[in-house]
Amino acid sequence: MSNQRLDRELKKGSAELLVLSLVEDRQRHGYEISKLIESRSEGALRFNAASLYPMLYRLEKRGWIQGRWIDKAGQRRRRYYRLTAAGRKVLRAQRSHWQTFVAAINQIAGIENA
Amino acid sequence: MPDFREDVRLRLARLNLEPTREAAIVEEMSQHLEQRFEEMVARGATPAAAREAVMKELNDGRLTNELLQIEKPMGFEPALPAGPGFSSMLARLARDLRHALRLLRLSPGFSTVAILSLALGIGANTAIFQLLDALRLRSLPVKNPAELVQIRVANQKGRRGRSHGSFASFSNAIWEQIRAQQQGFSGLAAWNMDGFNLATGGLTHNARVMLVNGDFFNTLGVPAIRGRVFTAADDQRGCGLPGAVISYGFWQKEYGGNASALGGRLTLEGQAVEIIGITGPSFYGVEVGRTFDVAVPICSEPLIRGEESLLNSRDGYWLAAIGRLKPGWTPAKATAQLESISPAIFRETLPPTYQPEQAKLFQSWKLEAAPAGTGLSRLRSDYEMPLWILLAIAATVLLIACANLANLMFARANTREREIAVRLALGASRARLMQQLMAESLLLSLTGALAGVLLAQLLTRVLVSFLTTQFDGVSLDLALDWRVLAFTTGIAMLTCLFFGLMPAVKAAATPPIVAMKAGARGVTGGRERLGVRRALVVAQISMSMVLLVAALLFVRSFQNLVGVPPGFREGGIIFADLDFTRLKVPQEQRNDFKLRLVERLRALPGVQSAAAVDIPPISGYGWNNDVHFDDSGQDVREVSYFNRVGPGFFKTMDTPFIKGRDFGPEDTPSSPAVAVVNESFVRKALHGGEPLGKTFKVDEGAGKPASVYEIVGLVKDTKYQDLRTDFWPIAYLARTQDRKSDSDASVVLRSDLALDSLTSTVEQAVKEVSPTIAIQFSVFKDQIRDSLQLERLMASLSGFFGLLAGVLSMIGLYGVMSYMVVRRRNEIGIRMALGADRSRVLRLVMREAATVLVIGVLVGTALSLASTRAAAALLYGLKPHDPLVMAMAAIALGVVAAAASYLPAFRATRIHPTEALREE
Repeated sequence: MSNQRLDRELKKGSAELLVLSLVEDRQRHGYEISKLIESRSEGALRFNAASLYPMLYRLEKRGWIQGRWIDKAGQRRRRYYRLTAAGRKVLRAQRSHWQTFVAAINQIAGIENA
Repeated sequence: MPDFREDVRLRLARLNLEPTREAAIVEEMSQHLEQRFEEMVARGATPAAAREAVMKELNDGRLTNELLQIEKPMGFEPALPAGPGFSSMLARLARDLRHALRLLRLSPGFSTVAILSLALGIGANTAIFQLLDALRLRSLPVKNPAELVQIRVANQKGRRGRSHGSFASFSNAIWEQIRAQQQGFSGLAAWNMDGFNLATGGLTHNARVMLVNGDFFNTLGVPAIRGRVFTAADDQRGCGLPGAVISYGFWQKEYGGNASALGGRLTLEGQAVEIIGITGPSFYGVEVGRTFDVAVPICSEPLIRGEESLLNSRDGYWLAAIGRLKPGWTPAKATAQLESISPAIFRETLPPTYQPEQAKLFQSWKLEAAPAGTGLSRLRSDYEMPLWILLAIAATVLLIACANLANLMFARANTREREIAVRLALGASRARLMQQLMAESLLLSLTGALAGVLLAQLLTRVLVSFLTTQFDGVSLDLALDWRVLAFTTGIAMLTCLFFGLMPAVKAAATPPIVAMKAGARGVTGGRERLGVRRALVVAQISMSMVLLVAALLFVRSFQNLVGVPPGFREGGIIFADLDFTRLKVPQEQRNDFKLRLVERLRALPGVQSAAAVDIPPISGYGWNNDVHFDDSGQDVREVSYFNRVGPGFFKTMDTPFIKGRDFGPEDTPSSPAVAVVNESFVRKALHGGEPLGKTFKVDEGAGKPASVYEIVGLVKDTKYQDLRTDFWPIAYLARTQDRKSDSDASVVLRSDLALDSLTSTVEQAVKEVSPTIAIQFSVFKDQIRDSLQLERLMASLSGFFGLLAGVLSMIGLYGVMSYMVVRRRNEIGIRMALGADRSRVLRLVMREAATVLVIGVLVGTALSLASTRAAAALLYGLKPHDPLVMAMAAIALGVVAAAASYLPAFRATRIHPTEALREE
């Protein structure tokens, strides 16, 4: 497996977790989500529109997030996504999976001790 | 700020989403892109760079594939009732068409080529069909046209005498007998069409005049929209000029549609007549393609034609007739009745000048009734066959265009085979998928047809301008009617089936697993498809071969006609037709008057020579008679053509004298009659003997002594009536020895002056003689050009279609060869890795093209041999199976094929073996 491909797989698996976490506390629109991922990872992670929106729609379809058009005075309407109850459960489970996973990796690869 | 909505929408097109869902995604994503763009610009990027970056983000190929898995494509959900109801079928069709429209907008290059080639093909077919429709299929704009039949003589053998006008079968005597004795018709309409001068002097202003019987308009059921039409009471012998009925077109053109025209006067050949009625806009007369301006009763003919009147002449054939069948009568029954009265009619009306042999033939004539609901037309008889041939040619071009499109559709289906496979795997039915694929073809052919109909309006007018000559305007009703629209819709549907069905069937038949497999190129699906596409190109090449052969035949035939030496030099020659009837010059002074007129014109500055002539060459007019010789002991008769010319005629025409003398002042009505003959006359009539000093005789009708002429000169052969025919024997008689000189004269002038200044100089000179003399000019070169209009039409159009076919075939072959190289990239890579050099690869590809070419040319040759026979009657100087033409067409196709396959072959030699292999 090439490096590039590993990268892609990792990203895909983690992306859902990232999106779900970002809409956990408040509803956000797609652009905001992509900006937050970029800034909080200090540029290490970036989602372009062509992959972000299909992912949002997929999460929405599974019933984990819900999108709504919201009008704000003086602005164009935008679509905001918020976490649903089902999404909250999934997020919780994913978080714990990742924690276990990262801990395991760390233990084997000895990243913290290096 | 750029708008990204369209960019997003285009990328969603293939998903075929519900419109509202699609709109939501477009809105959301374009907002995202716009915001990204703004941000980048704010950070200092140029708008162009920012746009590029944003587009890159959008072009990440995943979008469509990811969405395809998430979003429900509209076509496969049961949102619409799937039942057999008409409305649900329509709804599905509308949705498919909308989907197809988006797909076509995704590949503008393909759509443009497809629509353009269809528009050209369909446009050409529609244009030619439109002409055929106007000329052949439309009914006369009169009451119950199906009841009309033409009355004519079945086989008018042995007809001698004066003829005047198209379809003219009858003398006035015969017409009156028919009118009196017929039983099958509730009404009869007889007419003669002629051009009469409206002007009272100077330049001729001809009107197309119909001489009609009193019942003409009532029989046809054509009323007047102003005033009245004629009745039987108007058409009585010795009527003078009781009135004129004018056509709507003439009323508009000459009087601007002014109501005061009714009751006003116009002059015909100097005779004033009152306008008593105007016919409606739809009625153009009974001859399709030629309208009438003015109608006057037949009884007015002697007053207008004067000395040349045919009314009392038994051997003047000038009237045509149409009858309206009584209820219950069929054309066959009417023919039977007409046949039964024929012997009596022709016994009664026998021309007294006929020799016993001619009289026997005359009395054996039989009248018949032929359906005439679509009117009569010279244009029709001349152009119907050529137009059908052109329609066949245009249809073949359309077929070639269809083959091309089918090829392109195959290529498109190929690039979409994964998408189609996914849909099949997801449970779409093949039938439904084919419907969608066909929707695309349907949309293409409908758009092509629409553009074609518009293009056809232009093309038809160009075609009509081909049919129009110096003097004969063509007026056809070219409005679109249901027949044209049905025809175009029909061929649009057919083309759609031709180019769309096969690729759609193929694409929908591919098993999903084959298409889904990565690198499916090695499997049979590809091979098979290439086979079909190769067969399409073979078909294209063979059809192009037929068209090229046809084009070359018509072009070379035209060249032959133009290139044949006519025996005169046509450049710089004009004919002036002078009519001095109104001067009332006594007959015995007319020869002198004409001589002086010619002298005067010859003396004009810039005129090199001038001469009188009775029958201008290549004018379509002619005069022939038997000539015979006594000195051989037996009375041998040969047919010769005649002309009367004045001194200087041969010099003016630049026809070389071989020996003897020209006519001169010594030749007068009282001196011995002399003649100049051409080489063919010597060859055919004298069997090659010495002509000078010989005499020949010409019969002058029963009871009169034959005229005797002595041959005094011999000239080179010239064409007489028509460039297409061989050289005919011609005897030229001296104009100055004519004892029955008319009040009109044709003068041929050679000059190097510009046409305008020459005609105005001549006009001025004639006016000085008398302002009442009418003049009409014709330019010899134009006259010759007009006489070849049919050949020019065939050569230009078939040449154009031939070129088009060649180009289309080149595109088709190029497409298939390129595709072949891509498909066999792997194989070529291996060959090169194993040591094949570039020239070998080049040969490999070119050999492939050569195979297709050779098969195509062989099939094409066979098709040409089978089909060009139809054109034989239209060819001059070559046979339809001309081997040189076949060879030229094959060579032309060879060049086309080489040009089309060189680039793909060259690309094949540039394939890098390692790269090609790594792709596996």
